[in-house]
Amino acid sequence: MQDATSFSQYRKQCRESLDNEYLRSALDKFAVAYRTSRGNAFAEFDVDALIKDVADLKDVAVGELDTLIDTFRQQAESVGVQVHMAADAEEANRIICDIAARTGTTKVVKAKSMTAEETLLNHAFEEHGIEATECDLGEWIIQLRHEGPSHMVMPAIHLSRYQVRDLFTEVTGSEQDEDIEKLVKVARRELRQKFAEADMGITGANVAIAETGTIALVTNEGNARLATTLPRVHVALMGIDKLVERVDDALKIIQVLTRNATGQPITSYVTWIGGANECAVGEDGKKEIHFVLLDNGRRELIEDPLFSQVFRCVRCGACANVCPVYRLVGGHKMGHIYIGAIGLILTYFFHGTDKAKHLVQNCINCEACKDICAGGIDLPRLIKAVQVRIQEEEGEPLASVLLGKVMRSRTLFHRLLRAAKYAQKPLATSEGFMRHLPLMFFKEHNYKDLPVIADKAFRDRWPSLKPTVDNPVVRAGLFSGCVQDFVYPEQMEAAVALFADHQVEMKFPMEQSCCGLPVQMMGNMAVSKEVAAQNVRAFIDEEVDYIVTLCASCGSHLKHNYPALLGDDPEFSDTLPGFIDKVIDLSSFVHDVLKLNEDDFSGDGLAATFHSPCHLCRGLGVHEAPRNLIKAAGMDYREAVESEVCCGFGGTYSAKFPELSEQLLKNKIDNVEQTGAELLLTDCPGCVMQLRGGLHKKGSKVTVKHTIEALSERRKK
Amino acid sequence: MAPIETELAVSLRERFMEKARAAAAVVTEISSLDEALAYTVDMCGTRGACRLKVSGCEEHLSEPAEQLCETKHDKIIAAPGLDEHTYGLLAARCNENGFACLSSGLRGQLAGIDIGFTIADAGIAETGTLVLNCPGEELRLATMICEYHVCVVKVQTIVADSFALTDRLRAWFKSGPDYTAFITGPSRTADIERVLTIGVHGPLELHILLLGDV
Repeated sequence: MQDATSFSQYRKQCRESLDNEYLRSALDKFAVAYRTSRGNAFAEFDVDALIKDVADLKDVAVGELDTLIDTFRQQAESVGVQVHMAADAEEANRIICDIAARTGTTKVVKAKSMTAEETLLNHAFEEHGIEATECDLGEWIIQLRHEGPSHMVMPAIHLSRYQVRDLFTEVTGSEQDEDIEKLVKVARRELRQKFAEADMGITGANVAIAETGTIALVTNEGNARLATTLPRVHVALMGIDKLVERVDDALKIIQVLTRNATGQPITSYVTWIGGANECAVGEDGKKEIHFVLLDNGRRELIEDPLFSQVFRCVRCGACANVCPVYRLVGGHKMGHIYIGAIGLILTYFFHGTDKAKHLVQNCINCEACKDICAGGIDLPRLIKAVQVRIQEEEGEPLASVLLGKVMRSRTLFHRLLRAAKYAQKPLATSEGFMRHLPLMFFKEHNYKDLPVIADKAFRDRWPSLKPTVDNPVVRAGLFSGCVQDFVYPEQMEAAVALFADHQVEMKFPMEQSCCGLPVQMMGNMAVSKEVAAQNVRAFIDEEVDYIVTLCASCGSHLKHNYPALLGDDPEFSDTLPGFIDKVIDLSSFVHDVLKLNEDDFSGDGLAATFHSPCHLCRGLGVHEAPRNLIKAAGMDYREAVESEVCCGFGGTYSAKFPELSEQLLKNKIDNVEQTGAELLLTDCPGCVMQLRGGLHKKGSKVTVKHTIEALSERRKK
Repeated sequence: MAPIETELAVSLRERFMEKARAAAAVVTEISSLDEALAYTVDMCGTRGACRLKVSGCEEHLSEPAEQLCETKHDKIIAAPGLDEHTYGLLAARCNENGFACLSSGLRGQLAGIDIGFTIADAGIAETGTLVLNCPGEELRLATMICEYHVCVVKVQTIVADSFALTDRLRAWFKSGPDYTAFITGPSRTADIERVLTIGVHGPLELHILLLGDV
């Protein structure tokens, strides 16, 4: 449970997690294994279609929520269930403790429920003198340790068998072995006894079906079946987001949920419960059964046009499974109660600004979560939107205000960048790295060497560089982005040379500015909008077939965020779709449009590997083009392990969380060096900066280049 | 004349077996219910599944957990869901072998029963899943507090996927208080170091006896 009271405290906690070797290696292993098992589980399916089905049926459910609740209640009541509505956590706990008091309950067994974690139900039981025992093995372990879960479906993933052995030794009062099978058997017997004496069983619900008033529980251990069979009272606590209309909706959710959660085709048990079932120890031989439907901030979500998609979440936990930051720091630092990308968002709505404000900054925006989400939720965008809301509540941080002021004016921004090149002069080395950092950078940034501002920006070189192309086959507008314009103009020059050879007529509109992603990452949407508008205006009158960018982050931002930023602006209603359609990344342009192949290059067999920028592989869905080009250009291509995992740059993220950025970079460098490649290529100047800085600092022999430089150097003359 | 199994039925049966085995179930093809009873009794006796001390009771436990262990005195097969005739056949076989055969009162056996014997309402090929409609608590307990679960699946009840059962599920759910279980493989956990471990709360083994149309 993350509950830091200041940003620096939160950073400190994250740093401590980094030092937990066991946690790191457990999460690394899981991240790798998960990818394979999920792939196998979905092998026979069209995953995108399944995800769309889930998203659609959940969207329908949100639209009809009040009707669904009414129908669910009527159906459930008709078979003897008592249905309760709880506005917030406190009310839910009060309802449940009242039921306990009325039924003379002194002992409770509790199957795993994130909703009960959300309401802190165990605390309420404790206050009322009721003994509650978690009966899911992982939940029991963390309950005994007085901890919260560190993963939504694997709550004790942060613990080792030795820690469990010590815990069980304490619980049973006799020495235990660290053999996992034996530990599980001990839990089997200890918990069987708890089931035998419990008066009440608590569960959550994975799905609630309106048309029949039935709930479904998904478990591997079978604890939910015992918890709903042996005690004479059953209380199921569920969020109103669990409601769906029909039986087949529930089947669809379960089909996706287990596959996406752990890569299992189905869990050992799926339990469907509706009504006051037979129970020998109940009154009249029947179970007393209650469904408690919890709001606790959920209605606020539905009514929001952007956030209502959060209702599509099926709580599979996959967004944590693939999050590179989760993998470093674990669930206790990557969530308050709900964990992973969805946790950052839900914490704000369920637990308030104070719990969310530091947490929500810990998103590197690599989009791995969006790519894996069972409900197709645009998680990175929502995380950003939460950040914006918090800034609106709490006031914008100074850095964001300053950057916003600068970015609003392209001329001011560019003047500052030009001035910076003089300021850094005494610090620059002959290789183009800053040996010492100016004060504008954080001191923790010394894990990588930072590049210097180029002597002459690309925009200042362009007038003399612009080639004359006779009989052009295609016309390309060049969008440089600020890093390639001011830091790495040689990457742009390489593109110009290659393009000119292949009859590409080029335009470089001078009014273009930063794409706006950095200000958006800081949560400054107003300035982000203004910058987007400037860029669209800059290209409107240019007669070009494509707008080519060498920066995957710029490309993905132009293509996917501009519609959201400018979509409502009447000024751009005619021009925006054309602009967006034309945007293309460098590799796709060379591979798919110019169709360059082996005949266009003279190769030298240099061993090369590729780092796939997040915004290229996930943002733009480009996977093969750059790899094919590297091979076509005659290099000896070697695929690196986890080549599509974030390098740790994340723009302003690396300044906010330098330790985490550094660790991601180290992992990346290890994977790159393992390939034995001499050359590391990538399609994003931000990644070049991060990787080159890290490798240089380490004294590695691997050179980093933008793919275009390697291609351009090998073009046939 | 025995009905000829269609190509579709063959592929459903094979897929069901493949997926059930992938979920760690033991699958055997049989041709009569009698064979199923023989299999179960043989498992209890000759193959040593039935023991006075159930698994876990050999570990160092707390006192209340030890006490519960000590309440088991018989080798027990529970089969609450059977028709009278079939139950009679099973009970007779148990009797011959000195095993207790129960169809009710399982709440009194929470220390554990050795084998729970059931007949599934349907099988789902896509995931190798058994479907058991079990609003009665004895049937539920028989499949939960047993060390081994032996379940007969009639080949003609196997469907391609869970969606093929939508109408039946809806009818069960609407018929009154209902409790339905999808069971796929034995009870399992990976909660300690993500190491897959079988038999947390429920059966340590799931044996599926696939009863053909003979």
